[in-house]
Amino acid sequence: MNEKARNPALRVAEGFWAGVRAEVPLLVGVFPFGMIYGALALDAGLSTVAAQMMSSMVFAGSAQFITAQLVRESTPGLVVVLTIAVVNLRHMLYSASLAPYIAALSLRWKVLLSYLLTDEAYAPTIIRYEKDGITPSAHWFWLGAGFSLWFTWQISTALGIFLGTAIPESWSLDFALPLTFIAMIVPVLKNRPAIAAALSAGIVALAAYSLPYKLGLIVAALVGIAVGTFLEGRKSPGGRL
Amino acid sequence: MNIWLVMLLGGLITFGMRFSLIYLFGRFEIPETMRRALHYVPPAVLSAIIFPELFLRDGTMNLTLDNYRLIAGLIAVLVAWFSKNTLITIIAGMLALFLLQFFL
Repeated sequence: MNEKARNPALRVAEGFWAGVRAEVPLLVGVFPFGMIYGALALDAGLSTVAAQMMSSMVFAGSAQFITAQLVRESTPGLVVVLTIAVVNLRHMLYSASLAPYIAALSLRWKVLLSYLLTDEAYAPTIIRYEKDGITPSAHWFWLGAGFSLWFTWQISTALGIFLGTAIPESWSLDFALPLTFIAMIVPVLKNRPAIAAALSAGIVALAAYSLPYKLGLIVAALVGIAVGTFLEGRKSPGGRL
Repeated sequence: MNIWLVMLLGGLITFGMRFSLIYLFGRFEIPETMRRALHYVPPAVLSAIIFPELFLRDGTMNLTLDNYRLIAGLIAVLVAWFSKNTLITIIAGMLALFLLQFFL
């Protein structure tokens, strides 16, 4: 402990690896997705280089799947770009949610961490910030979670491009994703507004699932946020997650 | 439009949205209601991702016992509630799904 306080490098390493560790179960779920994306993108007619580069240029799973699909259907480029924008709208919510915690960091850090801000990096990072607040190693945690996901995404894309989808679907590895989100969110549902926010968002997500471009997800999230905020404001100001 | 241009623009827009409020934070006053609302982003977004994964099979609602992912997911919710342990929850959920798939 004392040694850690004296040595910032240790604190940095500890934060980074804690982020990587928190990300591991999500990586298990992401890996087959990356392979499927790689195989799908090739099949849709993208070159191997383009298929691989999309994973670092766009770096957003569902948007990449949809882009591959639209390219296959020879959709006009402008429509594809707009679709990517709509599918990724939810990242603005993540950006707003994490912004206060890294307000004091340099622009360079903000750019790097923003680039790495995916669903899978957001979840463990916000849970960590809400638990421990801003600590000297917290943004290293974000970097560890985000970079390990980025790295896994590049590798799994490459394997998908060159091997196809080698992981049998019956292994159900993709189920690790919702399970990890469950493991992260259930323990922080500590009060009624939070539980109501989760339930209402979930129900709306089911009802609005057929909306195109992941709009159902955004509508559901906004409804859940509104419900939680309204209930908290009505009951006890200050009671929060 | 060239695929590279599509990827470049799509990537820039995606980055722009991820960076947007991180960049703007502190440059204007955030209303108290908004500040409060942000605390509900994690439960709202995550359950909006989780629910369809559990309840929908091939895009339609499946509330029967054949929906193994729903059963395994509910078991995981219970385990998460009581254990508050990420790893135990994930193992319990995966194990439940495997057992249901192979023995039923």
